[in-house]
Amino acid sequence: MSKKDKEKSSEDPKIDEILESSRRDFLKKVGIVGAASVAGAAAIYSGYRYEHAKSDGESVKVLTEDNRLVLIPKDQMKDYKPDPKRLLLRGRDGIKGKKWVMIIDLSKCRNARKCVNACQGAHHLRPYEYHINTLQMQESVNTPAYHMPKPCQHCDNPPCVSVCPVDATFKRQDGIVLIDNERCIGCRFCMAACPYSARMFHWQEPLAAEADKGKEYDIELNVPQKKGTISKCLFSADRLREGALPYCVSACPNGVFYFGDENENAVTNGTTKETVNLKELLEKNGAYRLMAELGTKPRVYYLPPKNRIFDFEKGEEQEYKELT
Amino acid sequence: MSGSQIKSEGYSERLETVSSDILRNVRFNKGFILWMGFLILALAACLFAYYIQLRKGLGVTGLRDVTSWGMYIANFVFFVATSLVGMLISSVLGLSGAQWVKPIARIAEIIAVAFAAVAGLVIISDMGRPDRLPYVFLFGRVQSPILWDVTVVTTYFFVSLLLWFLPVIPDLAIAKTRLNGRPGILIKVYELLSLKWIHHPKQYEILRQAMRVLLILIVPLAFAIHTVTSWLFAVTPRPGWDSSIFGPYFISGAFVSGTAAVIIAMYFFRVSYKLQKYLTEDHFEKIGRVLVLVSIVYLYFNLNEFMVPGYKLKSLDAIHLKELFAGEYAPLFWGVQLLGLVIPVILLLFRRFRKPFPMLIISIAVLAAAWLKRYIIVVPPQGHPFLPVQHVPVEWVIYKPTLIETAVTFASIILVLIIVTVLSKLFPILPIWELAEDESGSDIDKTDNN
Ligand code: SF4
Ligand code: SF4
Ligand code: SF4
Repeated sequence: MSKKDKEKSSEDPKIDEILESSRRDFLKKVGIVGAASVAGAAAIYSGYRYEHAKSDGESVKVLTEDNRLVLIPKDQMKDYKPDPKRLLLRGRDGIKGKKWVMIIDLSKCRNARKCVNACQGAHHLRPYEYHINTLQMQESVNTPAYHMPKPCQHCDNPPCVSVCPVDATFKRQDGIVLIDNERCIGCRFCMAACPYSARMFHWQEPLAAEADKGKEYDIELNVPQKKGTISKCLFSADRLREGALPYCVSACPNGVFYFGDENENAVTNGTTKETVNLKELLEKNGAYRLMAELGTKPRVYYLPPKNRIFDFEKGEEQEYKELT
Repeated sequence: MSGSQIKSEGYSERLETVSSDILRNVRFNKGFILWMGFLILALAACLFAYYIQLRKGLGVTGLRDVTSWGMYIANFVFFVATSLVGMLISSVLGLSGAQWVKPIARIAEIIAVAFAAVAGLVIISDMGRPDRLPYVFLFGRVQSPILWDVTVVTTYFFVSLLLWFLPVIPDLAIAKTRLNGRPGILIKVYELLSLKWIHHPKQYEILRQAMRVLLILIVPLAFAIHTVTSWLFAVTPRPGWDSSIFGPYFISGAFVSGTAAVIIAMYFFRVSYKLQKYLTEDHFEKIGRVLVLVSIVYLYFNLNEFMVPGYKLKSLDAIHLKELFAGEYAPLFWGVQLLGLVIPVILLLFRRFRKPFPMLIISIAVLAAAWLKRYIIVVPPQGHPFLPVQHVPVEWVIYKPTLIETAVTFASIILVLIIVTVLSKLFPILPIWELAEDESGSDIDKTDNN
């Protein structure tokens, strides 16, 4: 993940936003993120050899499929369209050596719902179809209410995966639970089994069915979405492949999300881009996991909603109408 | 007859009366054609609803992300449950030496075959991608209870079919020479299916042995099929499903609905096929007692299922139970428990109510309640997930089955009726050879001394 020094937030959220977007632009121009973008969204394989390199040409850094950073001459670069079968295999395997974790700091969530919108945009979902939803929670009348973003918990002991009859939903070695929409038979047993209500079903033609027609199916993005199958949060596996943070994590204006690799013991805040020590963050803040007593072993941790500097606002009631 | 078998005195006369009584009904009469025509038309109308669902997706049902299993799954559970009666009557009662079940066993097997066959189709109607059905066999994973279900339901169907068919073979051989005036095709089918049966004692011996093996085999199979169905729910952590007695709870409930179905069928065949001589008041009296017994066992499991969580009132269980006892589902819940279980048990304790007609009415109530009970088991626990339901359209919060969904469900019930009609009308509904062998002849009121 990219690192950046912590900046003091100004009082005006507008200025913050501008600062934020220019910062993101800057980040895009350098480092791994930049290299991957230059190479195009498709993954670049390491088939390019140095001996073909012309000594006078410019070189670019490229992230290979197995996550190595290599230099290749710019004039040798071609857009590569990977074989769909390989993509599928790669999608089932996961990114080697990683164990992704997400930390959600409830004390900072003001229900901006930017995470929700970014995710729905990336995955072509309707306004009421959720990979991540923000919930208004209150444990008891004596405890304050708070907002809780709730993506799939990417459980290490996922009940949804155990019950799937056709291995359409599966757990990867990097900790992510994904769905193969070309395998799913639509029995919805996984929905019945998931205690976090993290899964959604395409009851009708997906929103972008027309626009996405003919597109190659990407198992790490669940696009094109498919009627009669399941979808859910993917920890933005496609972004991780490019070395970027998940859509929701980078979209949050309030610094709620941290994301990173448990093996490296480092997580990066999506808003401030500050990278911190994972264990310390969890320990210092009394992190917990949702319904840990069920034994599902979620990979999403929550930091309790303490010391909030803002009042709880209920958020305007929006009416959701079913679209066809 | 081949005459190679030493039969008791008066066998051939009895055979004549029994076979003419029973084969009288095997014909394409007007009633049959009209009834089948009606069923097929109704089926076609309901299948059109399924066609709409295929085209537009499961969104045409009332199902949404909150309640994603509804009427179809409840119907599936009901079908599997009801099909279990074949095992109860033929195996449990038959093997324990209750001679009176002889004329009922075939009716029970027909019900088992019909419900088990259609259960398989019902589950397909609930699939988001029915076109991918082969994937279940191509990519099936043994960890998933769905796979266990598919395996045992299929096996149970085939074993039930055999249990129906094997004892029919001698009857077909008896009947093929006595079917004058019926369409040639029917006689040909009889000829073919009677498998060159010549009534040799050896053949009967083999038949009896095969039946014995199958009857024993089907007991664990039937227990497996419904236990596994209960595990579709019990393996999930949801309050209302997360129960360790779901297996026996489902099995005992299955016996209740299956027995009720058999009683309804018995009444119908007795009256419309004029079989009062064979399906006697005594048979109703006895199967009425069976219904009381299985209902009391089921009541006991109900008590466990609701009392224990009701005592502890863990937070989500409390919400669930409140919904059932005093909330939105209360009328349904109490209606089912009282009209479909408690009151039938009390009534059937009196001899006066163990007569054919009162039992028909009681059984209809029990069967309808059994269907609704499955609905109560499947639907309400999904209405209150662990985490709150927010920011969704109002239609998503409360599940209401749609017309299309109801029509598709009706299609499955019509299909059962079609199978039952064909098997009972075009084939002997009672075991001719077994009844003729009976020394007491056609007066089978006192058959217990065989
Ligand atoms: S949160 Fe639900 S969908 Fe996600 S991994 Fe856990 S059980 Fe599966
Ligand atoms: S709905 Fe799809 S992903 Fe879920 S259990 Fe069924 S086949 Fe598996
Ligand atoms: S991690 Fe990706 S898929 Fe999951 S909620 Fe965030 S944006 Fe959506």
